[in-house]
Amino acid sequence: MIVRLAMRYRLAPVALVAAIVILLPLLFPSAYYYRVGALVFIFAFAAVGLNLLMGFAGQVSLGHAGFLGVGAYAVAIGPAYLGIPSWFGIVAGAVLSALIAFVVGRPILRLKGHYLAVATLGFGVLIAIVLSNEAGWTGGPDGMSVSRLVLFGWRVSGADTWYWVAAVTLLTGMVLAYNLIGSPTGRALRAIHDSEVAARVLGVEIARKKLTIFVISAVYASVAGSYLALFNGHITPDVAGFLRSVELVAMVVLGGMGSIAGSVVGAAVLVVLPQTFTALHDYEHLALGLVIMAFMIFLRQGIVPAMVQWRTT
Amino acid sequence: MAEFLQFFFSGLTVGAVYALVALGFTLIYNASEVINFAQGEFVMLGGMGTVFLALAGVPLPLAALVAVIIAVAVGVALHRLAIEPAGDAGVVNLIIITIGASIFLRGVAQVVFDKRFHSLPHLFGAEPLRIGGAAILPQSLVVLAGAAIIVFLLWLFIDRTLVGKAVIATAANRLAARLVGINTSRVVGLSFAVSAAIGALAGILITPLTLTSYDVGTLLALKGFAAAMLGGIGSPMGAVLGGLLLGMLEAFSAGYLSSSYKEAVAFLVILGVLLAMPNGLLGRAKVERV
Amino acid sequence: MRLAKFAFLSAMGAAFALASVSSVSAQVKIGAVLSVTGPASFLGDPEKKTLEIYVAAINAKGGVNGQKLQLIVYDDGGDANNARTFATRLIEEDKVVAMVGGTTTGSTMAMIPAFEEAQIPFISLAGAVQIIQPVRKWVFKTPHTDTMACEKIFADIKRRKLSKVALISGSGGFDKSMQAECVKVAPAAGITIVHQESYGPRDTDMTPQLTNIKGKADVQAVINPGFGQGPAIVTRNYRQLGITLPLYQSHGVASKQFIELAGPAAEGVRLPAAALLVADKLPAGDRQKPVVQSYQKTYEEKTKEPVSTFGGHAYDGLMIVVEAAQRAKSWDRAKVRDEIEKTKGFVGTGGIVNMSPTDHLGLDLSAFRMLEIQKGDWTLVPESGS
Repeated sequence: MIVRLAMRYRLAPVALVAAIVILLPLLFPSAYYYRVGALVFIFAFAAVGLNLLMGFAGQVSLGHAGFLGVGAYAVAIGPAYLGIPSWFGIVAGAVLSALIAFVVGRPILRLKGHYLAVATLGFGVLIAIVLSNEAGWTGGPDGMSVSRLVLFGWRVSGADTWYWVAAVTLLTGMVLAYNLIGSPTGRALRAIHDSEVAARVLGVEIARKKLTIFVISAVYASVAGSYLALFNGHITPDVAGFLRSVELVAMVVLGGMGSIAGSVVGAAVLVVLPQTFTALHDYEHLALGLVIMAFMIFLRQGIVPAMVQWRTT
Repeated sequence: MAEFLQFFFSGLTVGAVYALVALGFTLIYNASEVINFAQGEFVMLGGMGTVFLALAGVPLPLAALVAVIIAVAVGVALHRLAIEPAGDAGVVNLIIITIGASIFLRGVAQVVFDKRFHSLPHLFGAEPLRIGGAAILPQSLVVLAGAAIIVFLLWLFIDRTLVGKAVIATAANRLAARLVGINTSRVVGLSFAVSAAIGALAGILITPLTLTSYDVGTLLALKGFAAAMLGGIGSPMGAVLGGLLLGMLEAFSAGYLSSSYKEAVAFLVILGVLLAMPNGLLGRAKVERV
Repeated sequence: MRLAKFAFLSAMGAAFALASVSSVSAQVKIGAVLSVTGPASFLGDPEKKTLEIYVAAINAKGGVNGQKLQLIVYDDGGDANNARTFATRLIEEDKVVAMVGGTTTGSTMAMIPAFEEAQIPFISLAGAVQIIQPVRKWVFKTPHTDTMACEKIFADIKRRKLSKVALISGSGGFDKSMQAECVKVAPAAGITIVHQESYGPRDTDMTPQLTNIKGKADVQAVINPGFGQGPAIVTRNYRQLGITLPLYQSHGVASKQFIELAGPAAEGVRLPAAALLVADKLPAGDRQKPVVQSYQKTYEEKTKEPVSTFGGHAYDGLMIVVEAAQRAKSWDRAKVRDEIEKTKGFVGTGGIVNMSPTDHLGLDLSAFRMLEIQKGDWTLVPESGS
């Protein structure tokens, strides 16, 4: 009974997001809104993956945009130079990201706290440098164009199409994330988050669990990167930059670490805010910085956990 | 040999810049375990503040002094209005707050100042000193000396004053420090003030070499952070060592390997060092309490 | 279902309200996505200021074709993904009839598909030749290409009877694009590139790279493609190391600020640039002289900042659109596009523009002047000896 309730409760956020996804377009006056919506879903997808790492395994990554970059350039370079179809590029990017995460994660995840932060930061910067320098493959800092995604003869293009594609992918990603949290691995992760020493005493294989989740979160980021590249039709190394990594972390923390729905809200806030702040012209960045600080000071557990708490008290 | 010496001088120059920025990270970290990503903005405030006050007709030494005071005020405000109200929020939250602060300060700077690049005159002229076929600018030595003096003063402050002891006590165990009657909030506030002053001073010293603009802080903070971690966060000597090492790495890999991959080489070495020494070169290991 | 209906109706209501508001202000909207902040703010900032100044001036004179202009500027922060979102916003939300901007090549390339699809004239302010080659129906640009900058520099090097050069370039888009173009056109110009170096964004010391160049015995001249603070530091380090070979900067440093930042080290540095920088030194009969003098005066009076060629590109872009609309006697997008393509003899700050269906830039090498910095000011290098 309790289990079933928990199941239902955990999937409630997915149902809520799904309802919003379906109803939102009724309010959309133009394709621009579809574009912003699709961007929210794509970044939310990456943030959900990063949240698994940060919120549940308690590991910070300041280089996750590096995996966005791998995914993005996989769908750009694959079809352009290797003749593979775009959809396979997504898969190839995800596999490549998983491999990189597996190889890099092993040593890096032994580091703790800020040392892990700087190591992941360095890793992200490395990927951005390679993407920017290997102009023969990547087009350099000006980037390269990306051919459209074709699925079973269906050409995926247009902001409204991508809105639905990204939404379905995000919902799938959320369900998978909730399943993972509910699994034994998820419970072990939370134990690591609370206290590594205690978890080790209980016989949790910390290193392996951390690595698993790092690989999974890399795959999430990679798929998001592929989507972004296919959606935009042109990709530049900015996608893998340090600022993008920071943005992803901010999405997770703003929405609430450990809250899957929170990552969606965090992504929505950070994608939509700059669009509304354009009205402030020169004061745009000033306002953005203030809002981020205010959120973190007044809703320190993150938006969604704070809302849940407010409702239950 | 002349080439080697020139690369060495370049590494020294750039390294001294990184060292000064890294020093700012260590103090705040020591007192509060916060990595302050707005540290680069203190550097910017020092440089840009001096430039604009000088443009307004304020004599240069006074302009520099006022710029440092402004940065200190901003540092104290950052602590009072953003860090302290956040209370016991997690470390990552505090990092995001400082990132928000850095976006905010850059946003203010682009309105108050402008978006162009600016420079300041060299303290002892721009004529390079020629040593063994290589050339170094006197200002590089000024920056280096500045870093040395700041480290010495920091050591005096932390080791020889009661307030300094309070900083150490706060860093070691905040609750225990509070129990023995230390106003930990004031200690952390003080660390923000001193870090801001160090950052602003760094900004003034390096501007003749590196030029400055409203957004100079972002990359400096990134490099300074990396340098501080390389040396072992929390150790002033480590910060200087990390900074100089990072500068040297970039200069020598640009000189001998590939200039387009010099940053990659630097970060690879940082990764390598951290894997071998998970607490940086001079950092202390932290034991997780259960 | 009822909820959906309600939401739909209220959305319709809102859309109707919006539509009625916009019909009251019958203005023609000109869009711009510029890198006002971020690494290319050095370019984007003067572009934005220029557009604002001149749109206000045009409106003060009654607008174009009886309609006032409304300028909508978005800041992409130098990020191509943002640029693409703002492009969609300009097209779908703001319903602009023409677009001036795209500060960087990366942003421009990301926005091109959106404007091509929406069939809106798009005048880019970015450098790379790939924007107009191959020719795209709706895309034009005003700045000289980096290929032209290379050719202009190479011609000057040949005039000095030199042929072996070294390149030192930044890692940004502008720098790398020009570096690649220089490498491509060097053989045809009879130039050999014997060594290449690069430096990172915001690097503060380039002496290692320059030491390597200094160590190559056969280098006869050095070219530094780049903009922002990098070229100023390269120039200072160049003198610090006592290198005496001719140093060429690119059109990316074309602002008085470069001379201020590089100081005495800038003496003797040459660069290809638009006539705008030497407005007062142009011979009296020069067709560009009145245009560039007027632009310089207006810009410097309004902003209290020295003029740069980047702002000039924005001026050219805006005026080409405005004149095309005047010739078309309408703001119909297709007609404006056709007229832009027919632009002939337009005197801009960047040169005399003659567009055609195969040339969406319309500038030739004569648009570039070779300048040398002497006594802290630009001087024209006489080119008759070639």
